[in-house]
Amino acid sequence: MDLRDGPEETAFRATLRTWLEANIPAGLRGFRGWSGPAALALGRDWSKRLAHAGYAGLTWPKEYGGAGRPWRYQAVYLEELARAEAPQHLGVIGLGMAGPTIIAHGRPDQKARYLAKILSADEIWCQGFSEPGSGSDLASVRTRVEPVGDGFVVNGQKVWSSYAHIADRCILLGRSASAGDKHEGLTYLIVDMKAPGVEVRPLRQITGEAEFNEIFFTDVAVPKENLLGDVGGGWRVAMTTLSHERGTFGFALAGALDVAVRKLVALARERAGNDPLVRDRVAREWIDLQALRYTNYRALARLERTGTPGPEGSVAKLRWSEANQRLTKLAIEIIGREAQVAEGDGAAAYWRHQQLRSRGNTIEAGTSEILRNIIAERVLGLPRSR
Amino acid sequence: MDFSFSPEQDQLRAQARSFLEKRFPVARLAEIAASKDGWDRAAWPELARLGWTGASIPEAQGGAGLSFVEEAIVLEELGRALYAGPYFSTVALALPALACAPDLLERVASGALTATLASPAANASGPAVDARRDGDRWLLRGEADLVPDAGWVEAFVVPARGPDGVGLYLAERHDARPGIRVLDTVDATRRLGRVTFDDDAARLLAAPPAAVKIIAATRRRALAALACEAVGIASQALVLGVEHAKSREQFGRPIGAYQAVSHKLADTYVELELARSLAYWAAWCIAEDDAEAEHAVIAAKAYAAEAAVAACERSIQVYGGMGFTWDHPLHRYYKRALWIESFDRSSAGHRAEIAHAILGG
Repeated sequence: MDLRDGPEETAFRATLRTWLEANIPAGLRGFRGWSGPAALALGRDWSKRLAHAGYAGLTWPKEYGGAGRPWRYQAVYLEELARAEAPQHLGVIGLGMAGPTIIAHGRPDQKARYLAKILSADEIWCQGFSEPGSGSDLASVRTRVEPVGDGFVVNGQKVWSSYAHIADRCILLGRSASAGDKHEGLTYLIVDMKAPGVEVRPLRQITGEAEFNEIFFTDVAVPKENLLGDVGGGWRVAMTTLSHERGTFGFALAGALDVAVRKLVALARERAGNDPLVRDRVAREWIDLQALRYTNYRALARLERTGTPGPEGSVAKLRWSEANQRLTKLAIEIIGREAQVAEGDGAAAYWRHQQLRSRGNTIEAGTSEILRNIIAERVLGLPRSR
Repeated sequence: MDFSFSPEQDQLRAQARSFLEKRFPVARLAEIAASKDGWDRAAWPELARLGWTGASIPEAQGGAGLSFVEEAIVLEELGRALYAGPYFSTVALALPALACAPDLLERVASGALTATLASPAANASGPAVDARRDGDRWLLRGEADLVPDAGWVEAFVVPARGPDGVGLYLAERHDARPGIRVLDTVDATRRLGRVTFDDDAARLLAAPPAAVKIIAATRRRALAALACEAVGIASQALVLGVEHAKSREQFGRPIGAYQAVSHKLADTYVELELARSLAYWAAWCIAEDDAEAEHAVIAAKAYAAEAAVAACERSIQVYGGMGFTWDHPLHRYYKRALWIESFDRSSAGHRAEIAHAILGG
C-alpha cells in the first residue's frame, strides 16, 4: 500500500499538467457542453491535439495505436483534465466504449478501419442503446435489425444519445429475432450516421442546452461488414461496452467533484459567513469527496490486479451523483434569490447551470435505482426483484 | 499509487478472521457481555502469541516491527467480532505513550501489559489530574472519567498537570491503587470506568513539551482505530441483515426481493465501502506519518461512525420485531457503534473541525 504517485506517475502528471496549461484553448476552459457549433469546432481541434500529444487511448494496446499504459495513467489523465477544467476528448464514446468493444470482438478488418480514426478524432462515435420503451431494461430494445441480402436493414428509434448530432458512427443494439429469450435475439451493428434514412433530432435538456439526441432509423441499409460479433450475439458484445463505461469513469467524476467542492468552499467563504449549518454541509461534501477519491484508488488497484472493474464503480457513480446534486443545491441556496436569474456568466449563472445539470446525474449511465439493484443482486446476493 | 494490501497483510486478515470466528463466535457475545469481567481474559495471551499486541512494536522489543496498517487490519476484524477486551485501549490509546519506555513495549508485545488512557471527562477544562514530585517518583491526584476498559487493565497512561505543564505518566496497579468504579455502560462489551487517583504513585513517561505531541498523536491513532472498528461493525451488521433478507419470507417471497428492503441494504454497502476507503486512508496516513493524517483521521472517524450506526439501524429494521429484542445480537453491534460515534466528539463536532480547516473562521 502506497498512496503516493510513484516516480513514473509523478513525471507523467507533471508533464501533462504543463502541457494542459499551454494547450487548452481559452474558449474551452470550464466549458459546459458541445451544443454550440463554435465549441464543436474547438472541440475537434482540441481532441486532435490530445491525440497528437499521445493522450488518446492511453490504455489501448500499442498494436492498435494506443499507449499501452496501465490503468493508473488513465486515472492521472482524468484527474488532471478535471483539475484544469479542460474538456475531455470529443470522442469519449469511441475511446471508452466503441473502441474497446471493437478491440474485444472486432475482426482484423474492422480494427484496421475504425480504431485509428477514433484516436485521431477524425471520426466521432455515439451510442444507440436506449429507446423510448427501453431504458433500464436494455434487453427489451425493439429497433429491428433484419438480415436482407448481403447485409441488414435497420428500423427504429434510439434516444438519449450524446454526441449523435456530431457523430460519424453509432454502436447500435437492435433486435434480430423476436421469439425466444429476449437476450438471444439481439444483434450489435456499427451504423454510419451519414447513411440515408438516419435522422438526428437534438433534445433540449432541463438546462436549456441540447447535448443529447433522438436518432430515427428508417430502412437504413447496413453492410454485413459492420456486424460486431454474431447475429443474435449482441447482448454479450453490449456487456463489454457497458463494463468499459464504468472502468475508470470514477476518476473523471471525482475529479469534477473536486473542482466543484473547491468552488463551493470559495463560495461559502465569500458568502456564508459563519452559518454553522452551511459549514456542516460543506464539511460533509469535503469528506464525501475524499471517500470517493480513495474508493476510486481501491477500484483502480482491483482493476490493475484483475483486469475487470469491480463493484466500486457502481458505488462511485451512485454516490458521486448524489453528492453533486447536494452540493450544487447548497451552492444555489448560499447564493439565494440571485441564483434564479439565468443571464450573465458569473457565479450565479455557473451554479444555476450546475444545479440543473446535476439532476441528470442520477439518471444517465445507469439510474440510481438500477445501480442499487446491481449492488443488491450481484454484490450482496439478494434475490432478484423481478 | 497502490491502494491494495500486500499478500502478508491479506494473510493477517484471514488469520484474524478465522481465529476470531472460532474463539469469539456471535453465540458467545451475550455470555461475555453478561460476565462479571466483561471480557475473556484467558484469550489475551493468545492475541499476543498471534503477534497482534506487538504488531507495530520494533523487533528489538519483541514486536513484529510492522506498522499501523497491520494494527488497523486487526482492529477491523476485532470490530467485526465485537471483541470485548483491551486491544483498542492498549494498542491505540496507550501505546504512543508507552513507546517512551522500551521495557513497557516489551511487556505489551509479550502480552504481559494491558493499559488504557485515563483522560478527564470531555467537559473538564484541561487535565483534571495533577502530578507532583515525591523523591524519585511522582504522585497523581485527581479524576479521569469514561475510561475504556478501566476495570481490568494493568496500567493507566495519565495526562496530568505537573509543575512544568501537562506530562504523560504511567500508574501501574501493582504500585498504585486508584479508586475504580466500572460504570454500567450501554455497550457492555466495552465498559467505561471512573478512575480516582489519591496520591497514587506514577512514573513519568513524557515531560511537558514532548507530551503534547504524543497526546495529539494518540488522538489521531484512536480516531483511525475506531474508524476501522466501525468498518468491522458495519460489515457484520450488513452480513446479518443480508442473511435475514435472503431467508425470511413474506407474501411468498424472500423479503430481500423487495426493493424497499434491498435498496436499504445496498445503501449500507455503499456507505460501508466509502467508510472503508477513508479508514484505510487514515490508517496509511498514521503509518506513514503523512501530512494529511489529521484531516484523514477526523474524516474517517466522522464518516465511519455514522455509517456503522446507520448500518445497524437499517439491519435492525430489516429484522423487524426480532431485531428489537435483547436476544438478537444486533443491539450489541449497535451499542458499540453508538459509543464510537460519541468518542472524542460527535461526527458533527468532527465536521466542525474539518469546516474550520477548509473554511477558516
